[in-house]
Parts: sequence; C-alpha cells; structure tokens
Amino acid sequence: MTRSLLFLLLCVAWLAGPPASHAQSPDALKALGDLALEDSDKREAAVAALGGTRDPKWLEFLTALRDGNVYARGKGATREIVVGGVKTTKGDQDVIDIATAYDRKPLGTVPVSSLTEIAADRRLRIAIKPFLDADETRVQLASPDSEARRGAAVKLGHQADAGAAAVVEAAIAKETVPNVRHALEESLALIRLAHGDAAVRVLAAQSLGGLHSFDGVPALQRLAADTSASRAEREAATQAIRQIERWSLLVRTIETSFQGASLASILLLMALGLAIVFGLMGVINMAHGELMALGAYSTFVVQNVFRARWPERFDAYFIVALPVSFIVAALVGVVLERGVIRRLYGRPLETLLLTWGASLIIQQGLRLWFGAANVDVSSPSWLSGGFALMTGLTLPFNRIFIIGLAVVCVAAMYWLLFATGAGLRIRAVTQNRGMSSCLGVRAGWVDATTFALGAGLAGLAGAALTQIGNVGPSLGQNYIVDSFMVVVTGGVGKLAGTILAAAGIGGLNKGIEPALGAVFAKVAILLLVILFLQRRPAGLFATRGRSAEA
Amino acid sequence: MPRREAAAVGVAAVFLVVVLPICNALPASSPLHLSDFRLNLFGKFLAYAILALGLDLLWGYAGVLSLGHGVFFGLGAYAMGMHLMLEIGAKSVYQSSLPDFMVWNQVKELPFFWRPFYSDVFTLAAIVVVPALFALAFGFLAFRSRIRGVYFSIITQALALSAWLVFNRNEMRLGGTNGLADFKTIFGFPLNQPATQRGLYAVTALVLVVAYLVCRWITGSRAGKVLVAIRDSETRVLFSGYSPARYKLFVFVVSAVLAGVAGALYAPQVGIITPAKIGVLPSIEMVVWVAAGGRGTLVGAVVGAFGVNWMQSWLTTSYPDLWLLFLGGLFMGVVLFFPDGVVGGLARLGTFIRRAPANAALRGERTQPATVSNRP
Repeated sequence: MTRSLLFLLLCVAWLAGPPASHAQSPDALKALGDLALEDSDKREAAVAALGGTRDPKWLEFLTALRDGNVYARGKGATREIVVGGVKTTKGDQDVIDIATAYDRKPLGTVPVSSLTEIAADRRLRIAIKPFLDADETRVQLASPDSEARRGAAVKLGHQADAGAAAVVEAAIAKETVPNVRHALEESLALIRLAHGDAAVRVLAAQSLGGLHSFDGVPALQRLAADTSASRAEREAATQAIRQIERWSLLVRTIETSFQGASLASILLLMALGLAIVFGLMGVINMAHGELMALGAYSTFVVQNVFRARWPERFDAYFIVALPVSFIVAALVGVVLERGVIRRLYGRPLETLLLTWGASLIIQQGLRLWFGAANVDVSSPSWLSGGFALMTGLTLPFNRIFIIGLAVVCVAAMYWLLFATGAGLRIRAVTQNRGMSSCLGVRAGWVDATTFALGAGLAGLAGAALTQIGNVGPSLGQNYIVDSFMVVVTGGVGKLAGTILAAAGIGGLNKGIEPALGAVFAKVAILLLVILFLQRRPAGLFATRGRSAEA
Repeated sequence: MPRREAAAVGVAAVFLVVVLPICNALPASSPLHLSDFRLNLFGKFLAYAILALGLDLLWGYAGVLSLGHGVFFGLGAYAMGMHLMLEIGAKSVYQSSLPDFMVWNQVKELPFFWRPFYSDVFTLAAIVVVPALFALAFGFLAFRSRIRGVYFSIITQALALSAWLVFNRNEMRLGGTNGLADFKTIFGFPLNQPATQRGLYAVTALVLVVAYLVCRWITGSRAGKVLVAIRDSETRVLFSGYSPARYKLFVFVVSAVLAGVAGALYAPQVGIITPAKIGVLPSIEMVVWVAAGGRGTLVGAVVGAFGVNWMQSWLTTSYPDLWLLFLGGLFMGVVLFFPDGVVGGLARLGTFIRRAPANAALRGERTQPATVSNRP
C-alpha cells in the first residue's frame, strides 16, 4: 500500500516537476545496475528512480523492460545492462543486436547465450505502468487529434491528481477547440475541488456549476454533505448542483424531443407508403414490414458488394443502397399487386389476410436465404459520430439523417401528388375510381404505380433502419403495428393526417417512455388511439360525403 | 335445425365424446387403440375448434375480423393456469407455497389478484367472466364509435401486440416469458394419469358440441339473420332501424367467451401457457383456421381448426423450415381460390354435381352462369 502510494506520489511529482536536464545522473546509473539484482524491492525502487527522471529515453527503456527486451551482460563489476534488438540465426546459434540502455548506441551483435534476460515479472510491470500511462496522457494532451486531447482531459479529471493541475493549466492556455477546452476546464476544476483549500474549492464548485459538469456531480454532492467543510463551500456546492440539474433537465427535454422526432420520422417513412395505398385502394398491406426488410437486406447486399469490389469507396455504398432498396422493394410490390392483390379489389379484409400470407412467405424466404441470425450492416463513416449541440448532448448523425430523409420523402410526395400528371391521376382515382375510369384514367395502371411507390418507400425506410437497428428477418414486425396505428389515426386521403399522426404517436411514445417504460408506453398509446377514435372514428382527416361510407 | 343435420351432429358428437375415449381406453394391442399422445393432440385441436367457432360467428356471420382473439384465449388459459399453479402448493421444486417463478423473482407474498384463484368456483367463473368483461369494454368502445372493417382489424392486432408485451413482463407476476407450467393436478386429479387426460378430452369434446349447438342456435335465430345482414350491408341495417353496434358487441362477447373457455381447456391438456400463444402471429393463425375450413359455416370452423393444426403438428416436426411458407401459402391460396374454404368448396362441388344434368340441358341457351356473390 505504502509502496504504491510512493509510486503515485513519484508519478505526480514527475508530472508536475520540471524535466530533468541531466540524463545519466549517477542515481539513474545506480538504479540501472540494481535492475539486475534478485531483490524485487530494489528492482522496484530502481524502476521508480528511472521513471522519476521523466526522461523520454528512460521511459523508452522502461517500455523495453516491460516487453522483455532488456538483458544483462558480463559479470560482477563489468556487468552492463543492454537493450536487445533484432534476433537472427547465424550458423547454429541465435544472435542478437544489442545497444546501450540510455541512448541506444549500437554495441554490435552477440550470441543470445552470452546474455541474461532481465525478466519483467508482474510486480515490475505494475511498477512500470503508471509512468508509461502518465506519459501517454501527457502525449495525448499534446496530440493533434482533438478527440484524443479531450479523452486525456477527461481522464485527468477523473484521476484528480493534485500535481496534474499545472499540466492542465498549461494545456488550457494553448487549447483552441471549444469542447476540448471545456473538458480541460472541467478537469481543472475537479482537481482543484479535490485538492485546493476552502477558497479554491468554492471557486472550483462555482466553475463546475458554470460548466454544467455532469461528471462533477458526485464530487459536489460529497462536498455538500461534508460536515467538516465550511459553510461557503457547502453552499457553493449545493448551488452548483442545482445549476447542473437545471441544465440536465433542459438537455433531457431536448433529447426526448429529438428522439421523438426520430421515431416519428421512422413511423412516417413507413406509414407514408401504407397510407397512400390505403387511401387509393382501401387496402392495408400487411407485407409492408417485409418490404422494409427487403430494403434492409438490399442495403446489406450492396454493402457486401462494395466491401468485396471497391473497399476504397466503401463510404459511398449507402448512397447506392438507397435507390437499390427502393427499386427492389418497388419491384416486389408490383409483382404482389399485379399478381394477387388486384384480384381482390373491393374486399379489404381478404386482402389483409392475403398480404399477411405474403409477408410470412417473404419473411421465411429471407430467413432461409440469409439465415435466421441478424446480419451486420456497418455505417459509412459520414453517418457515425454525432453533432455536439450543447454540453452533455450529442445528436447522432444517423438519426439526423433519418429525420432529413423523412422530410425529403414528404416533400417529394407532395410534389409528386400535387405538381405532376401522375399525381393528378392518383388523386382522381383516390376520390372516385369509377368516374376516373370513365374519363380515361387507367385505374389499374395507377394502382400498380402507387403500390410500387408505397413499396419503394418501405424499402427506403428499411435502408434507413439499417443505420440504427438490427437487420434480421423479422425487422418489419417491430415497427409495423405502430405504423398501422399511424395510418388509422391519420385517416385516409390527406398526407397531412399521416404526418400529424406520425408526429403525435412518435412524440407521445418517447414522451411517455421515461415515466412508464417502453412496454406500458405502447399500451398507453393504444388506449389513447382507441379513445381518439371515439371522437374521430375515421382518423384525423376523414373523407366526407357519399364515397366515405362505401 | 333440419333433421339430417341434427342426425349428423349427433353422430359426430357421439364419435368425439364417447367413441374416441373408449378407443383410448382399449388395450394397446387392439387395432382400434388410440394412443394417449394422439388423444391429447385431438383434445388440443378440439379446444382450438371451440375458439374457431366463436371467431367464425364473429367473422363469417357478422363480418367483423378480429386479429386479437389470442388475447381472450390467453385470458381464459391464464385464469385456469393460475388456479393450477396454486394447486401445486408446496409440491413445487422450491417447496414453497408460492409458484416457482415467484420464488425466482423474489416475490415474498402472493399478489392480491392471485388469491381468489385458490377457489375452484371463482376460477371457473373467471374463465368466462374475465374475457367477457374485457371484450365488453373493448368492443363497446370500438363499435360505439363505428370503428369497423380494416380499422377494427388493425386495432385488435394492436391489442394482441400490447397484451403480448404486457404478459411478457415479469412485473405482471404472471410468469413473464416462461408463462405458467409444471401443473400437477386439476381439481385434485393428477394430470399425469391417462384417465385424467381422457376425462379432460371428453370434457373438451362435450364443450365443443355444446358450443356448436349454441352457435347454431344463434345463427338460426332472428339475431343471426341481423348479423348476416350487418355483414352484407351495415349501413342498410342501420337505416332499417337496427343498432348494428349492439349485435356486433353481443357476438364479440360470445366469441371472446368461447375463446376463453378454449384457453382454459387448452392449458391443462398441453401443460403450459406462455405469452407466445397471445401475440400477433397466433391470433392471426386462428383466423386462417376459419378461412381454410370455410367461414360462414360453423362446421367449416371446426374442420379448419382440426385440419390446419394437424397439418402444423406434422409439418413442424418433419419439415420445420417449411411450416411458415406453407402457412403463408395457405393464407394466399384460400383467399384467392377457396374464399369459402374446404367446406364451402365441397358444398359448391356437391351442388355442381347435382345440377350437372340440368346444366348440360341448359348449355347453349346461356353463355355465362349468372352467379351473384354479395359477400364483402
């Protein structure tokens, strides 16, 4: 215990103190000699002495020692510690390049048998580790990669060694990236909170509060409850905790809204396709979830092709996968519509069962072809990571992408339905099929294209889902009932109904979830939908007039 | 009921209720011997057939497609299961008076809603009353606001999903994913005795016959005619001064009770009830029994439940990968080619053969047979 404390102190002293200018001090050389002894206490003390010099060359030597590349040569007074290099075989004996311990001057090639290895046992390795780690943290603090710098800052804050304060202060002075600077200031305040006197601690607590430091809460709570601390300290800590809690409430609110928006986008992507088909043909497509799964598996296949053929352009695979999954799902949709659904026009319940049958077949087909286990779809690098909006809140890029995709899809649907000839025909058939046919609109063709469009949207949704969830044969089942609820709540005939319903159900779901848990949130949503349908049995925007009762 | 039909029902009833258990009781060497396993399997199928009757009444006659009947089945089965769990008493693995799963979950005291299930009478009442009340509340809300057609199907499917999620939770104190199992006795009779199983089978068959007669009575009554009218044109029924919602609610509750009773007969025969029997897939599978057998004909529901499940127990043991493909194909095939199912198809074939001479005489005079189907 005392020994490890000694190491820690040495470490800290080393981190704080000025670099030793004289390299091969007599102490260091004596310590080097001690390494070859049998006495582990002395060996450990030697490591501490060498590490304590804080000289990069000695640290390099310690690394070699840890890796088992240090040898002793000669005996008695002429004994010398050397560092081994490349091992080769010459004739019938193994030979090795050796160099001096400190500055690595080559000493030529000698037979391995003439050397004695200085084995680094567990105890010695444990003794070496803090010096190398501390060095690593220091190197990281100077790293050009801002994430590495931030990581080092957070680590120093967690360790809260008094000696590290100077290093952190120096780093703050040089730092330009805001979030790294923030992390450094946080760790400095944490260090001061742990080691400063009362006045410093008050300042540190205030600083932590101002920085909205979530990591600081446990230390602040300890201080606030500490009866030996002064009143000013305790008050400052309580004040800071309150400040942080207010901030965290804000963060949670924004986070929940974002998650709600993200879930709503997924539901919207799925429900859009369902809703236009339902509006047009009165058909609920139970195979919609499986069309989504097809889209997801298309993405998987495209990814594999890119990985095998063009690994250097791997990041582009997702751009290609989006249209591919749209087309695959749309083609299957057309086959389904032209092949079977068309024959059941006007019998919605039968169509429900028929498409359910189709969904079972597609699902089992996927299971037989790709296996029952989930497949692995990796995100392209531009979708990993996130956007740091504020302290304690990072919005993942993949969720932002899904929200964006939903917005684009809705805009495209509006454009298609209200600004193109095809859209005009779709709306005409939706309103009055018979009359449209009489006026020369090919209702069958409109059905097929609309179904393909809806199926394609499902495929797109599936491709998007690969970025946030598991891809397996039953992928579609997880969201499908929710998206049916969106269609039922939204009503038919108006896109706005679907959008509002998706936003409402997605937002409510994420809003209730923290209070009730995921399962009971779903049950609550079902109850709310049933109660809502009491007021508006045909959804938000019901079609009025004679055709509504057909 | 016409005399010929009454005779057929009587023969079938005697065969199911009396002859099959006797065959089972015969010594194994007899050529007519029916193994315990087979009889148990039939018992399970007959329980399913009771449920199918109710579903057919709802869908085939009133045109209301419920995709959530697994919930009512589950309510009945869990009510029975809870009583059976309590009957085990301290003979369980952990020798505690609490059911085993509660011991695992560190439940110290029996939850309050388990206590009444110590009583035999309460359990038997709960099997009927709990699904009925649940269906009454749900159906009242749904039919009152005129949620119908596809909307009703979707809502009931969401109900099945929700119920499945809830029954899976350990906090519900209903055994979570593992459900209720390891039953030892039923009303004091040991479940591992063939005689008890034979008795259970006979009770199931008897209940099926009674359920059939009740359904037959409903469809033959004035109310039955209104139900068919609702199926064919609900708006017209409404304008004729009837309240479709009340009729639909009535038949919904009846079918929920039948589902609950079926569940209660299922649990002791199979020896386990888990949430997997409640979810979306099992609920919609029940619909395919009715569709395949022939909806709108009560016999069809029974035939369908028996046939599809026999097929399932054969396929899932011989070709497990093919079962879902077959089920999907069955859904599509029945809907596309046999909208009236096996029974309806046979009936049409019979009519066709009987009319064959007349048709031959008519050929040449008519170019197209004018068949009018008013089915939704």
